[in-house]
Amino acid sequence: MSDRIDSFSRRKFLATTALGAVAATGSIAMPSVLRAQGAGVKLGVLHPVSGALSYSGQQGRLGAMLAIEEINAAGGIKALGGAKIDTILGDAQSTPDGGTAEVEKMNSAGVAAIVGGYASSICLAVSQAAARYDLPYVVDVGVADNIVTRGLKNTFRFGPGFGVIAKTALDNLVAINNQAGKPAKTVMIVHEDSLFGSGLAKLLNAQLPQQGFQILETIPHPTPTRDFNNVVLKIKAQNPDIVIPANYYNEYVLLARTMQQQQIKPKGIYSVLGGAASSYKFVKEFPEAAKYIMDCNHWFDPRNAQALALKKKVEEKGQFYTYEVYMNYSCVLLVADAIQRAASADRAKVTAALESSTFAGHVMPYAATKFVNGQNQGAAPVNTQVLDNDIKVILPPAFANAKPVFPMPA
Amino acid sequence: MKGIIPIAAVIGVLAAVPLVVQSNATLNFLVVTLLIALAGQGWNILGGYGGQYSFGHAAFFGTGAYASAILQVRYGVNAWIGFAAGIAAGATVGAIIGGLTFRSGLRGSYFALVTLAFAEVLRIVASVAPVTGAGVGTLIKLDLGAQAFQFQSRVVFYWVILTLVAVSLLIARLLERSRFGVWLIAVRENEDAAMALGVNATMVKFGAMVLSAAITAAAGCFYAQYFLFIDAGIAYGTWISIDALLTPIIGGVGTVFGPLLGALVVKSLGEGAKLVAGDAPGLDLVVYGIVLVLVIWFAPRGLIGAVVDARKWLLRRASRSVRETGHD
Amino acid sequence: MLSPTILIPAILNGLLTGAVYALVALGLTLIYGVLHIINFAHGALLSAALFATFFGYHAFGLDPYLAIFLLAPAFFALGYGLQRFVIGPASHGEDRNMLLVTLAIAVILENALLYVFRADTRTINLPYAFETIDFGFTFLAVPRVIGFGVVFVVALLLWLIMSWTDIGKAIRAVAKEKLGAELVGIDVAHVYAVTFGLGTACVAIAACLLIPTYYLNPQVGNAFVLIAFTIVVLGGMGSVPGALIGGLVIGVVESLSGLILGESLGQIGIFLIFIAVLLVRPSGLFGARA
Repeated sequence: MSDRIDSFSRRKFLATTALGAVAATGSIAMPSVLRAQGAGVKLGVLHPVSGALSYSGQQGRLGAMLAIEEINAAGGIKALGGAKIDTILGDAQSTPDGGTAEVEKMNSAGVAAIVGGYASSICLAVSQAAARYDLPYVVDVGVADNIVTRGLKNTFRFGPGFGVIAKTALDNLVAINNQAGKPAKTVMIVHEDSLFGSGLAKLLNAQLPQQGFQILETIPHPTPTRDFNNVVLKIKAQNPDIVIPANYYNEYVLLARTMQQQQIKPKGIYSVLGGAASSYKFVKEFPEAAKYIMDCNHWFDPRNAQALALKKKVEEKGQFYTYEVYMNYSCVLLVADAIQRAASADRAKVTAALESSTFAGHVMPYAATKFVNGQNQGAAPVNTQVLDNDIKVILPPAFANAKPVFPMPA
Repeated sequence: MKGIIPIAAVIGVLAAVPLVVQSNATLNFLVVTLLIALAGQGWNILGGYGGQYSFGHAAFFGTGAYASAILQVRYGVNAWIGFAAGIAAGATVGAIIGGLTFRSGLRGSYFALVTLAFAEVLRIVASVAPVTGAGVGTLIKLDLGAQAFQFQSRVVFYWVILTLVAVSLLIARLLERSRFGVWLIAVRENEDAAMALGVNATMVKFGAMVLSAAITAAAGCFYAQYFLFIDAGIAYGTWISIDALLTPIIGGVGTVFGPLLGALVVKSLGEGAKLVAGDAPGLDLVVYGIVLVLVIWFAPRGLIGAVVDARKWLLRRASRSVRETGHD
Repeated sequence: MLSPTILIPAILNGLLTGAVYALVALGLTLIYGVLHIINFAHGALLSAALFATFFGYHAFGLDPYLAIFLLAPAFFALGYGLQRFVIGPASHGEDRNMLLVTLAIAVILENALLYVFRADTRTINLPYAFETIDFGFTFLAVPRVIGFGVVFVVALLLWLIMSWTDIGKAIRAVAKEKLGAELVGIDVAHVYAVTFGLGTACVAIAACLLIPTYYLNPQVGNAFVLIAFTIVVLGGMGSVPGALIGGLVIGVVESLSGLILGESLGQIGIFLIFIAVLLVRPSGLFGARA
């Protein structure tokens, strides 16, 4: 029995507990009132670190904190005489009202800007609350299109919105299929039933047929779903060429495991914004089930040395290098750059600096930064595939470090 | 009426708060607290005075929120009319649930879990039905102006919710003084005995349910106007069902001020726990839970009950010392 | 779509899933039948048990099925202690206070787990977790079939305890007539605590059965609690056979309505059946008339 225990030592176990969390974020239970008073620039870092979204929230906070540490270690904001960034942490408690309450507190504390939110519903509430005070707010992940289409001058999103992601996913799927000689015709979509899953399914249902694909069935499911046996039964019965999953980590794990149990091997598994399809954690824990899975998702630039250095740092802390980490990292760097260029912590000036930002010091595989109505036009997802027990980028060619393997070898 | 004076006093003090407190963080905190107090007072009508514990008040909260939001977003209805319609919709759902459950004679924990089941059914339907926006939720357009029931200043929102809470306090007080209220309390104390005395228990419970639903639905409508975004988990989630029963029980069931006091205490506790526990995820909620247990331990009849007990204890001590020392 | 090749596996799946639900509900129905409270902390206890099983496997190499023999007594003790020293004294015997105290305990437990273990989803990879039994038209995962069997064993054990042991008779006495039981000298607080302990032990066993095919994080237990409540009431509060049969029924209902209505809307099937049954039989399938 003992040879089945992986190299999970007690040390590693502890690393993933609170002690590790404390070391990672550098914040012991210290009441907010005792925060360092200095001539620093205050930055609000707001994430759902408790409640249903706590894992993503904590990863997001980690990314933001690492960026702040690096900036402060390199001498702070030079244009403000080396002023350090003072972090004001906030817990959105995985609800919009929790997020709103934190915005109010951060505003009272005099922050120059707020980064974070994670979930679209939280981002919607936070951006509105911040707009009351013309407080610049940078969305870290939240993909809902309406976050940036409400005409709020204070809201910026560095990453891609849902529409761009869905379109890229579709285009890339067609490209991969064409490149392989069009072996795939039939598709089944398994999606979670909230914002991104439903929206994505709708788009795919409208556009896949136009590209010559036949959609056999679209299966929505709630989060959480306790059992995927019925879903997998349907997949087994209809035997699609490609399965398109769009769900969160836990459900993806269950789906993949169930598919393995029922010995289902389609020609390809093409995930969009998949919770686990481009997750190092998933690849590490389920190497067999993860092989050859493709994903169209947020990812870092694999040729960027800074991105790789950050990866190393995060893994040394015993955490996985997930998208929340590098997206928040980039957002904080973006805000710091804006403060530097504005040479001021004044909110209006920071907002103006963000509007005109062409920030290139990030770690994402984006085109040139340009904000239109708060949305970064250069933002885009990339396609990844799990190959050789690692996650490689297969599209677009500019960032790729591997060729797609499609269809999946038997 | 004599019973109105305490209500007027409390509301008066609360109304003056924005004149003294400038912090928007505090105002936001108070608005949310009053919102919960309103929902809790709704629960209190049925659960506190009527003894029928509902685990599914989210059904009314969410119906109010969705009805007013959908009318505004999809049909361009004026926000104030939408608000009224939301309350009516909530009351209707209350009538349906009440009608079905009370006629079947469901009581106690069975009743509680059936209400939970109804709330869950509504949540699931809302998460897939196109009219609610399904998974995407419903976003009310930001349109600051009185005609859209949205206000630039948080203070106005505060006074609006305070007015709603004041109305709910008056309703509770009137209930206590009315014959309907007497019947309701009789049903709570001993339903069979009440029926033997000629009280139509089913109709009384039904009426209480409709009233209860209307008040909680008002809280839902207000939530939609204040936060401008709802989805199935927010509108019909168990969080509001729990808050709606937690606050009256902590404050004191079957009392006029119980839900308000309970909401203030519970929400303040949440904030206090955050101060004590700092930024470590989850720790503040552990502190919150522990203090909650302690509050229940030492105030088993709610905080108002504890205050009443304390007064009695003090009076007894005073009268005892008079007796012991003779005339003094 | 509703051909036998899909229908029969769906029913089988429903039975296997329903068995685990039934085990969770068994604990809950015992607690309700005697203490007359809905135990809100049940889900958090399930999460805690899952973490305990996980820790047992990773730190000591303890196979989950063997862990049952360690964790069931351990969680019995935990449940006993909780009721005897926290819930009982804190609620002063008031039902509504017991409700709130168990609610508070749920908050404390879940967030303590979050604080100590973080929110990462964890799984364990057992060598036999992917072994399946081939039925021709479907594969049934071995751990789930084992789980099915164990649930029946546990239900039988509970029934034996209730019928033949002294403590079981005491429990039934307190459930039926608390005052009378006190008058004949039964220590009611002790009986309450034993019952809570038994309920918690059931949850620990359910965790060991779940972990090969499922995952864990601090909130995972919540997904089972609502269903467990539903089963308890459906089967009749306090009825062990009711919880068992109710669990299997709900499992099959969930599976079939998921098949027909889709996984999202299909969840409605559970609650609609629940409402329908209660409107017709207000004390549940096997419950005593209120």
